[in-house]
Amino acid sequence: MVVKTHTENSGTRQVEIVGLESTIVRFCGDSGDGMQLAGTQLTNTSAIFGNDVSTLPDFPAEIRAPVGTLAGVSGFQLAFGSKKLRTPGDEVDVLVAMNPAALKTNIGDLDSDGTLIVNEDAFTDGNLSKAGYTSNPLENGELDKYRVFRIPIEKLNAEACKDTGLTGRAIGRCKNFFALGVIYWLYGRPMEPTLDWINSKFGSKPVVAEANTKTLKAGYYYGETTEMFTVKYTVAPAKIEAGRYRKLTGNEAMALGLITAAKLAKKPLFYGTYPITPASDILHELAHHKSYDVRTFQAEDEIAAMASVVGAAFAGAFAATGSSGPGIALKGEAIGLGIMAELPMVIINVQRGGPSTGLPTKTEQADLAQALWGRNGESPMCILAPRSPGDCFDIAIEAFRLAVEFMTPVMVLSDGYLANGAEPWKIPDVTSLPKITVTHPSEGSDFQPYRRDKKLARPWAIPGTAGLQHRIGGLEKQDITGDVCYDPKNHEHMIRTRRQKIDNIADAIAPLEVFGEDSGELLLLGWGGTYGSITAAVENAQAEGLSVSSAHLRHLDPMPKNTGDVLRRFKKILIPELNMGQLLPIIRGRYLVDAIGFNKIQGKPFMISEIEDKIKEMLGN
Amino acid sequence: MCADTATVQLTAKDFGSDQDVRWCPGCGDYAILSQVKKVLSTLGVSRENTVFVSGIGCSSRFPYYMNTYGFHSIHGRAPAVATGVKVANPELDVWVVTGDGDALSIGGNHFLHAIRRNLNINILLFNNRIYGLTKGQYSPTSPFGKRTKSTPVGSVDYPLYPLSVAIGAEATFVARTIDVNVKHLAYVLERAAQHKGISFVEIYQNCNIFNDGAFQYATGKETKNDTTLFLEDKKPLIFGGEKKKGIRLNGMNPEIVELGGDITEDDLLFHDEKLAEPSLAYLLSRMHHPEFPEPMGVFRCVERPTYENMLVDQIDDAKKKNSDASLENLFNEGDTWDVK
Repeated sequence: MVVKTHTENSGTRQVEIVGLESTIVRFCGDSGDGMQLAGTQLTNTSAIFGNDVSTLPDFPAEIRAPVGTLAGVSGFQLAFGSKKLRTPGDEVDVLVAMNPAALKTNIGDLDSDGTLIVNEDAFTDGNLSKAGYTSNPLENGELDKYRVFRIPIEKLNAEACKDTGLTGRAIGRCKNFFALGVIYWLYGRPMEPTLDWINSKFGSKPVVAEANTKTLKAGYYYGETTEMFTVKYTVAPAKIEAGRYRKLTGNEAMALGLITAAKLAKKPLFYGTYPITPASDILHELAHHKSYDVRTFQAEDEIAAMASVVGAAFAGAFAATGSSGPGIALKGEAIGLGIMAELPMVIINVQRGGPSTGLPTKTEQADLAQALWGRNGESPMCILAPRSPGDCFDIAIEAFRLAVEFMTPVMVLSDGYLANGAEPWKIPDVTSLPKITVTHPSEGSDFQPYRRDKKLARPWAIPGTAGLQHRIGGLEKQDITGDVCYDPKNHEHMIRTRRQKIDNIADAIAPLEVFGEDSGELLLLGWGGTYGSITAAVENAQAEGLSVSSAHLRHLDPMPKNTGDVLRRFKKILIPELNMGQLLPIIRGRYLVDAIGFNKIQGKPFMISEIEDKIKEMLGN
Repeated sequence: MCADTATVQLTAKDFGSDQDVRWCPGCGDYAILSQVKKVLSTLGVSRENTVFVSGIGCSSRFPYYMNTYGFHSIHGRAPAVATGVKVANPELDVWVVTGDGDALSIGGNHFLHAIRRNLNINILLFNNRIYGLTKGQYSPTSPFGKRTKSTPVGSVDYPLYPLSVAIGAEATFVARTIDVNVKHLAYVLERAAQHKGISFVEIYQNCNIFNDGAFQYATGKETKNDTTLFLEDKKPLIFGGEKKKGIRLNGMNPEIVELGGDITEDDLLFHDEKLAEPSLAYLLSRMHHPEFPEPMGVFRCVERPTYENMLVDQIDDAKKKNSDASLENLFNEGDTWDVK
């Protein structure tokens, strides 16, 4: 939305300045073109500038697919604005395309009166043919509806860096910063945060630092001095809650949350894992924080990772693992052991497109059924789902709190969208964090391994405690003693007890909140990473006067106690999910409400407009 | 090993739990259980600092019979569970009890990687060359051609040899013993417990129900002197009832020779547990019945920093470099900005 316009001098000429409430920029190019870095720099700079930001990196599963091909296109989208941003946005306002393949795969997302900046040097016959173009789209008129800026980025970058002494190949790698410089000028962004970053990153390689500095500035001044651009934009700082902020991705927030939980409980954090996209960054983040008594264990496989977590929990550590759907499938047996042994642990599933290897770098919410039922036998566990990148921090702490309080494995369903997406995170006051209290029984107590407290949690007696030696395992337990027991009645009692224990967690979690009126025509019920899109769509519809509210589940097993009450106050219920409808049958079956699903399975998050359209359809507008 | 100085000397009986032992009468596991309890009582370790971890199979019932901490986990995963226990609390004495199927078939991967990491844990592999708990299928250590319920006309799988696998996986302590030779069993267990790093012990164990007599050659009075060879460090490889036979190296290969005449002990291959290169230990692990006597005792015993010590060292170093590891500092890492 345009908020104001005026003109001012830029270099030797006048340009129109358009003030925007928010804007969406996407960089796209080959996976080796540094698009993620350019996007990250614009994100950081905008956040430091005071905008609210929201990002969506989109990269191929192949690290370096053949250059110039559609398969190798990598993109990074961000929205920044002077208002609260709930998603990285639907349609792109400014698209930077570094080659024909990037143009081809991304042009469909550019707003019909959007701005397209292309690296025209890359539009060679060879690259056009690799991208499947039979004629040059820069020449054939198909881009006429957009404002197209053809910039010889490669030549200008090479010129800017020619005296640095770098090889031609190394110079070529700097071109992303030329493009970034152009964008910085276009949006009036300060260059200092990126210049600082260049100096700290390449401090030991002054030549590389010099080249990146020169090309960033060359891009900026190119925007300022050439007469190509007649308009530039401003996006004022957002009015956000006062405090100190930093930018966090969901995976970074998850790692910080795990460390924080362990630290609050004065426990070592054990993280046993096997690398898998898109969860590995949690491991990387944790491995850098050994001074917080973080013990990372990169296991030989997913199974070992989970088994090590069970062992570490038995020995008294705060134990966690992270993986994605295929890895969780392998972990199932050992998760079952954790459930049988009734030990506290946290299992993070950063969901990606499935089934099987599926879409490793794309997002999906299709592992809810796996989390609920993906193990042999009756094996209930607590299931949580963060709703935003920053919420990953809070959910990690809550996961450990519940795991310890109820002596159970807790699964956290994050997803690729939350994991890689970033947003400003208000640094919390340490004293405001929840308390996590751990008690281990000691000698002299009348100890029985499976004697339960009021919540049905068993005692966490750890090796090293004199007099409490006991044996546990995967075989069915006798109530109270924990001895191996095949008695039919005992088995049923234990099955029901383990389920009841998970149900009791409902007493320890927040009720379901309604966004908007607490009754009305239509309720959108979501869970996990769709929160931003759903809330923005509902907010827009409410602004148009529609009777629509939303509620978002962060707790999937058990669900908040008031869930049924909330649902019954609305005439219609819509459940948007990035799957074929996995929450839907549970809600219909458990609460006997006529909810309908709204499903998207494209490896991409919902667009706000998609949900808005559905709301209008349901309300007959 | 974690010596318990505060309590009185424990007896073997003190290490037994109150559970009825449910192995088949006559099973070799009884002898092993008895020797493990006895050895622990002589080592001065405490029950509360000792953890037995097992997988699935007959041998894996072992933890239930020990009055220590115990975890009867899932099939093949005991080394991974034990790794978590040891990393979470390196002070604990951790023992893994496993079998030939558990360690080498379903758990092969964990077995290899726990060994190469050189955690200070003890792995006891009860090798009976058969699947007992599932009632008699062949195992990865069953001889080629073995007739079992699942291989009625003989298996076409070539076996693997636990010691060779362990040596290939860079084990720092490798030994073999046999259930009926309780004195030797106790000696090897004690050596394993004393070793700092991974200790791998293969125990020949008779399954008298599904594979009775699998090790008859190595235990029978008439044959055992010629079919087994007891290793002693820095000593020549000599065997036979009259100690008149030895192993000599012929090029790269061992050969059996008779002592006397122009062949003296000095011509024989000498054992050395401490060789940095595992070639000799591997060569010994390849000596199989009936071509050779099978060596018993410690094949290899070398020092190397343990996984958990190095992991703890890295944490201690990091703590020194970041002496204020507070949550405030954690939260304020990297670029921050203030909104007024």
